[in-house]
Amino acid sequence: MVTTNIKVNGKKISKEISDNTLLSDFLRDTLALTGTHVGCDTSQCGACTVHLNGNSIKSCTILVADCDGSEITTIEGLATNGKMHPMQEAFKKNHGLQCGFCTPGMVMSAVDLLQKNKNPNEKEIRDWLEGNICRCTGYQNIVAAVKDASTKM
Amino acid sequence: MTSLVGSRVERKEDKKFLTGKGRYTSDINLVHQTYACFVRSPHARAKIVKIDIEKALKAPGVVKVFTGDDIAKEKIGGLIAGWKIVSQDGKDMKVPDHPPLAKSSVNYVGDHVAVVIAETLENAKNAADLVNVSYKAMKAIVDPGESMDSDEIYEGIEQNLCFDFVLGDKGKTDDAFSSADKVIELDLRNNRLIPNAMEPRACIGDYNSSTDDLTLYTTSQNPHLSRLVLSAFGGIHPEHKFRVVAPDVGGGFGSKIYAYAEDAVVAWASKKIERPIKWVAERSESFLSDCHGRDHITNVKLALDKDNKITGLKVNTIANIGAYASLFSTVTPTYLYAPLILGVYDIPTAFCNVKAVFTNTAPVDAYRGAGRPEATYLIERIISKAAKEVGMDQAEFRKNNFINKFPHQQCLVHNIDSGDYRAHLDKALEISDYKNFKNRKSESATKGKLRGIGFSTYLEACGIAPSAVVMSIGAGVGLWESAEVRFNATGNVSVFTGAHSHGQGHATTFAQIVGDKLGVAIENIDVIHGDTDKGPFGMGTYGSRSLAVGGSAIAKACDKIIEKGKKVAAHMLEGKAEDVDFKEGDFILKNSNKKKTIGEIAFACYLPGQYGEVKSPLPEGIEPGLKETSFYDPVNFSFPAGTHICEVEVDQDSGETKVVKYTAVDDFGTIINPMIVEGQVHGGLAQGIGQALYENSHYDKSGQLTTASYMDYTMPRADNFPHFKIDYTTTPATSNPLGSKGCGEAGAIAAPPAVMNAVIDAIETEVSMPATAEKVWKKIKEKHSKKEAA
Repeated sequence: MVTTNIKVNGKKISKEISDNTLLSDFLRDTLALTGTHVGCDTSQCGACTVHLNGNSIKSCTILVADCDGSEITTIEGLATNGKMHPMQEAFKKNHGLQCGFCTPGMVMSAVDLLQKNKNPNEKEIRDWLEGNICRCTGYQNIVAAVKDASTKM
Repeated sequence: MTSLVGSRVERKEDKKFLTGKGRYTSDINLVHQTYACFVRSPHARAKIVKIDIEKALKAPGVVKVFTGDDIAKEKIGGLIAGWKIVSQDGKDMKVPDHPPLAKSSVNYVGDHVAVVIAETLENAKNAADLVNVSYKAMKAIVDPGESMDSDEIYEGIEQNLCFDFVLGDKGKTDDAFSSADKVIELDLRNNRLIPNAMEPRACIGDYNSSTDDLTLYTTSQNPHLSRLVLSAFGGIHPEHKFRVVAPDVGGGFGSKIYAYAEDAVVAWASKKIERPIKWVAERSESFLSDCHGRDHITNVKLALDKDNKITGLKVNTIANIGAYASLFSTVTPTYLYAPLILGVYDIPTAFCNVKAVFTNTAPVDAYRGAGRPEATYLIERIISKAAKEVGMDQAEFRKNNFINKFPHQQCLVHNIDSGDYRAHLDKALEISDYKNFKNRKSESATKGKLRGIGFSTYLEACGIAPSAVVMSIGAGVGLWESAEVRFNATGNVSVFTGAHSHGQGHATTFAQIVGDKLGVAIENIDVIHGDTDKGPFGMGTYGSRSLAVGGSAIAKACDKIIEKGKKVAAHMLEGKAEDVDFKEGDFILKNSNKKKTIGEIAFACYLPGQYGEVKSPLPEGIEPGLKETSFYDPVNFSFPAGTHICEVEVDQDSGETKVVKYTAVDDFGTIINPMIVEGQVHGGLAQGIGQALYENSHYDKSGQLTTASYMDYTMPRADNFPHFKIDYTTTPATSNPLGSKGCGEAGAIAAPPAVMNAVIDAIETEVSMPATAEKVWKKIKEKHSKKEAA
């Protein structure tokens, strides 16, 4: 067991955690932040994407113990005072989601793209989202949503 | 009032998903819950000699271990195939038992041998490793093409043949071929796919012994059907004490239609241990044990006369059923496949033979399109080959053979009510800038790329399944749909549907229908589904049926509400029911300025004494309350059709194929929400292009699945696609009150032949799906070396 101090969605958390606990399991099982989804065993699907110190990472592939002293943002921490983030709004407006399972990871990944590239073109958006698999949308409306959000962020 | 139907209404269900508040089965945790881990067969085919659970039982946290013997002792029934198929010799199909936990043999890698139930998931997984199973491994039968010539997997199922199905007039078709001017022939393989909904399957069984209530939370596209199967055939629990809940479900594509072994075991075992049991599939388990799709080996022949009119079609198919006959596995390669081989063409005679065989692979069942992609692939591929061989333009050859008059009785089964195939072909030619393709081809050539163009003018039969039609061709069960429209006293509306949304946006589309019908604001309409304790029995969502069948049921229930409302309004307005008109939420007495809003009527129906009037607002003989139910069984299938045109560029040096241009013009009949429909088309295209270029489920000779992770099974990614150009033509369906035909499967049905026709056009040689870089590169090399040798 290790004591881990992290900040999740702005809230300080100090917990005794077994040293093999994955961040995705910790978020879902310990903190009940079930918006972070687990869709594969191999770090491919990206449904578990969260921000670690502002950068998107796959939370299924990092131990909580390795996050000591870090700041985590999950999909639940994106809206402010009940108002959805412009990326969330853009996904809604552009029908960038269907079943919703990949959506939290997709949104977190897209937010990070715009942090790093304010005005990406279609190819840059498609290349960036290569690590997030969606089986429903065919990606077209996700790309449209990210473009739309880039004009509002 | 602007019409909701036809508008791009943003989805009511989006916010919960976007803010991480969706509630999927794996998000649910119950008090005192245990965790299940399944012990799965590492062999494709083996006899079970002995299962030793002693060590596992003693492992930390283990609550119980069950094997097939435990289930057999309780006479729990196996999983079933829903449709009986009769072979051409008049004998019924043959299916093996499919026990939820194996009895004496295992028949595919991933088959269920035992279940370990423990206090934590880690405990369950660790103990599962301690279950010691002795197997006597046998030679696996993997290739469907070799199955009939191999030894019997199941005693009594000769040649491993499930059924030998025929459709059509063999004699007449043989005659057409003997008098044909030309015969075109193709051998095709429709590759095996894994549906890969992003949410892995999961279930929780929860039994309350004090009330004898059993609840199963599960990732299902049709909770009522699952309850029926587990109750009536599994004997797991009486239907009235059995609640099945399918909460938010993360995609299905067919793979979540069936009640699986895990559902049966978890539900049954929770009764035994009287504690909730949760199981969530790892992705590798999904690969191994979700039903796979497609997997046909087909020979197709087309007969032409001297005017290049089609005079006959012959199809011989071997369909892989996998190790067991899953719920829809027998209807998919028969009734959903054989009638569709004719496509959109006026073909006077056809004959189709389907031999369905067992192999030591995961069960194969319906996957987005289910039978129709396989049919469309063969007809659209051979049509393109025929056009090339006779030297006709692809569009012209098609037009020369299109069905032009409706209704059209096809020579096999379907009576197509409406369509205009030239209209969507012409529109697609325009949008795709077909006339300038040659210029684009030359441009690509200057970059060292081979450019090809491919057509697919497809036909679907959707809105499955009108009882009258399917029963006329021998299917035992038709598939209607139910709806209940319930006004609350305060004027808002709860709509219960037997359909299930797992991405399709029913909460919005259905609310649009009800909003227009009843004149109620969309925010005051709630659509409820996915819980057998709430709505009436329904058949669920698959086969592009939710709108055409489920939506029609909702519309019918709304009509009944209006009918009753008129009687109440007439009484309150002191007129006659036949003199009351209903428009945009108001009941208006003809030739007067007297009216009642539908909200007022609902209030009066529930609280008739509230006006302080002595006389009840309800006429004599009218019951209080305002809710109506409809069970809708359509009179016919609906027939979406369309033209898809694909352009690819092939890199000669690497063999890599890229879809560079894709145009889809579809006729879905009446469209309720164009935004949602576009999303359905995009998603279908991604899966169809995925089948053509990337995806393949591969077993090695010993029956090990070599594509059991996302590192081996190529899921299409955002950077695999161009921007799709989507448009519509509209001929409303006449078989349902909405005029809708269905849109969910079109992309997956139309795209594979469009893409493959383009690839073959580019490299000028046959190649099978998926046309991976390696395969295409080899084909290009082969062609060059043949040329050099010549």
